[in-house]
Amino acid sequence: MTVAFDEMNGTDGVTRPAYHELAAWLGEVPPDVLQQRRREAELLFRRIGITFAVYGESDSTERLIPFDVIPRVLAANEWDTVKRGLEQRTKAINLYIKDVYTKREVLRAGVVPEDLVFQNPVFRPEMNGQRVPHDIYVFIAGIDIVRVDADTFYVLEDNARTPSGVSYMLENREIMLRLFPDLFARHRVAPVENYPDELLATLRSVAPVTAAAEPTVVLLTPGIYNSAYYEHSFLADKLGIELVEGRDLIVKGEIVYMRTTTGLKRVDVIYRRIDDDFLDPLSFRPDSALGVPGIMSAYMAGNVTLANAVGTGVADDKAVYSYMPEIVKFYLGEEPILKNVPTWRCRESEHLSYVLDNLADLVVKEVHGSGGYGMLIGPKADKATLEAFREKLKRDPRGFIAQPTLALSTVPTLVEEGLAPRHVDLRPFVLTGRDRIRIVPGGLTRVALKAGSLVVNSSQGGGTKDTWVLDG
Amino acid sequence: MLSRTADNLYWLARYVERAEYLARILDATQRLAAVPTAHGPSTNEWETAVSTAGCSSGFFAAYEEANEQTVTDFLAFSPDNPSSIRSCFEVARANARGVRTALTMEMWDAINGTWLELQKFGSGPASREQLSQFLRWVQESSLRFDGSAYRTMLRNDAYWFSRLGVFIERADNTARILDVKYHLLLPPQEHVGGPLDYFQWAAILRSVSALTSYHWVYRESLKPWLVADLLMLNEQMPRSLASCYVHLVEHLDNIARIYGRQGPAQRHARQVSTRLQNSRMDEVFRDGLHEFINEFIDDNNRLGMQITEQYLV
Repeated sequence: MTVAFDEMNGTDGVTRPAYHELAAWLGEVPPDVLQQRRREAELLFRRIGITFAVYGESDSTERLIPFDVIPRVLAANEWDTVKRGLEQRTKAINLYIKDVYTKREVLRAGVVPEDLVFQNPVFRPEMNGQRVPHDIYVFIAGIDIVRVDADTFYVLEDNARTPSGVSYMLENREIMLRLFPDLFARHRVAPVENYPDELLATLRSVAPVTAAAEPTVVLLTPGIYNSAYYEHSFLADKLGIELVEGRDLIVKGEIVYMRTTTGLKRVDVIYRRIDDDFLDPLSFRPDSALGVPGIMSAYMAGNVTLANAVGTGVADDKAVYSYMPEIVKFYLGEEPILKNVPTWRCRESEHLSYVLDNLADLVVKEVHGSGGYGMLIGPKADKATLEAFREKLKRDPRGFIAQPTLALSTVPTLVEEGLAPRHVDLRPFVLTGRDRIRIVPGGLTRVALKAGSLVVNSSQGGGTKDTWVLDG
Repeated sequence: MLSRTADNLYWLARYVERAEYLARILDATQRLAAVPTAHGPSTNEWETAVSTAGCSSGFFAAYEEANEQTVTDFLAFSPDNPSSIRSCFEVARANARGVRTALTMEMWDAINGTWLELQKFGSGPASREQLSQFLRWVQESSLRFDGSAYRTMLRNDAYWFSRLGVFIERADNTARILDVKYHLLLPPQEHVGGPLDYFQWAAILRSVSALTSYHWVYRESLKPWLVADLLMLNEQMPRSLASCYVHLVEHLDNIARIYGRQGPAQRHARQVSTRLQNSRMDEVFRDGLHEFINEFIDDNNRLGMQITEQYLV
């Protein structure tokens, strides 16, 4: 494996311009001060109650995501490219979903294979021919990006359903501002704290046309046992909207209401953080106690906006991912600004035989997996694991894609022994409203805290960092 | 506001209030049990504590005998007792998480901090000193929560629903002490509890933090009928039934004012309050202290149900 590109020191050990101030500062600060600040940060997080639940761990239902106090810095021009790429990609995603549920030109043109859509469990036949308010499906996208050298950013994953993590972006900045006022004074860091305002503006802009002039927006959460509950309550608070559970809502005459102390009140826009499957027991999983019976009928009648729309999974599936460059070209007639990671689709026999021949060098992912579960990291796997995976691949080639093991960029990170390079990714949040696309500069940087590890998922021991986009 | 939010705020306040009350009972019982037998009560004070807490049946399903060890464990630390101090704080914090957005940072900090601290006490204290510390800590935690609600919340429906929880629970707690100990509070010619006991009266007052108040109000040595008067009819005394109902009426009226509508809860609270205001202790004794208290407990439960039906579901 090649040497990873370090965002501070490049590959040649020369400090890159965006990091000059930070490197100088790190040279001045005694190491024990950094460790001390790290402990303070942890205390603050625990006090504020930022925790997340890990499914399948009964003893510790609430855990902190480790926070690294060394910020990750992006220069203004680097961010500019990323931002334009995100806008382009999100536009294409929205056009693609609309097309899939209406005219299906992309399928007829043979750009995306039909079975990938129709046999996909996240495809929602209920949405066929259904118009959604303002033709927008994905209002909030969290697009995961990795970097491999000074100029190349790849999109790793398009999260177009209910992406989470934005509360960490906001809280990380808040805590950094408290702990390191000096360091901010020496930089010009683009602010992120306007995200809640931008989100609210986005949600209000997409209310159904029948809604009142001041539409009522709510955030629908599965409840306090959900792993992202903290984020739900945090956002509802920052937006100044009600945080509702399914049992707080009721549908009458195809209109959604919430139960309040003064009776029923109409709801116009629902920022829902519940998966499609659990949204409406009458339409989807009948055993779901989290959803709202009849909410789909109100949605179909055009009386409520669901953000994101139902059925957006057809765009962020890992199998569809590999077609995204073609999808961008098809709808926008442009070259994608952000590249895809080179991907082998195991459904195609040539690709499959390449993957089987080079399994030990590749990362193989389940098409429908998430959270870093169920994937094979070839170079780290032993022989038995490789053989077992080879059999799985042969049995169900359509269920997998493969990618080269990327040398993800690294950023200096505070570990027990001091500062050390650790691999990172970036999840910026893209908001699409009726009027325009809004992106606050930066996003959530996730960092793999174990030396050499490439897995940044919080459920598997990843941490987070504050992300600084320098202003000019 | 959402009915569920109002419900959570109401119960959050009730559970914190209940935790404090349990701590006071345990504290008072510990002192009473320490009085030498010659001066002390002949009854099993630990058993009385359990019935004052209103969980006798649950207790005797789990334990054979009521003693210091078993009662402390059950009322303070047992995860199996839904009304133990531990359970109260656990439920209070779960409720608080459910309505994070309706709480001020200070309130969240108070309840979350309490919950984090609770983990340190493990399954119980190793000594009486530690137990005392624990009980003091419980009362301080409740004061902190109550104080931060009082000082930081907007004066709107969220605040008033939370206050309703405090006063319904407080009225219930005071009434329960009276219900269990009423025989000690009868005038001299009627007492049914054997030789009246100074320590008993002091313990009752202590369990509602009214021992000092008593002396300020009556400037007399402890007289059982005055103790009853203080806890039931005296509006100056923050934990008296009358005082709780002054506040319940006030907060229910606040809610009715901004919602533009009075309902059964407002009417019922006013009736109970008027009855307390118009009662005199000698009449209460004449008509039956125990009956009066039992009726009050029923009335208070009814108000709780009316609030729930009117606003919380």
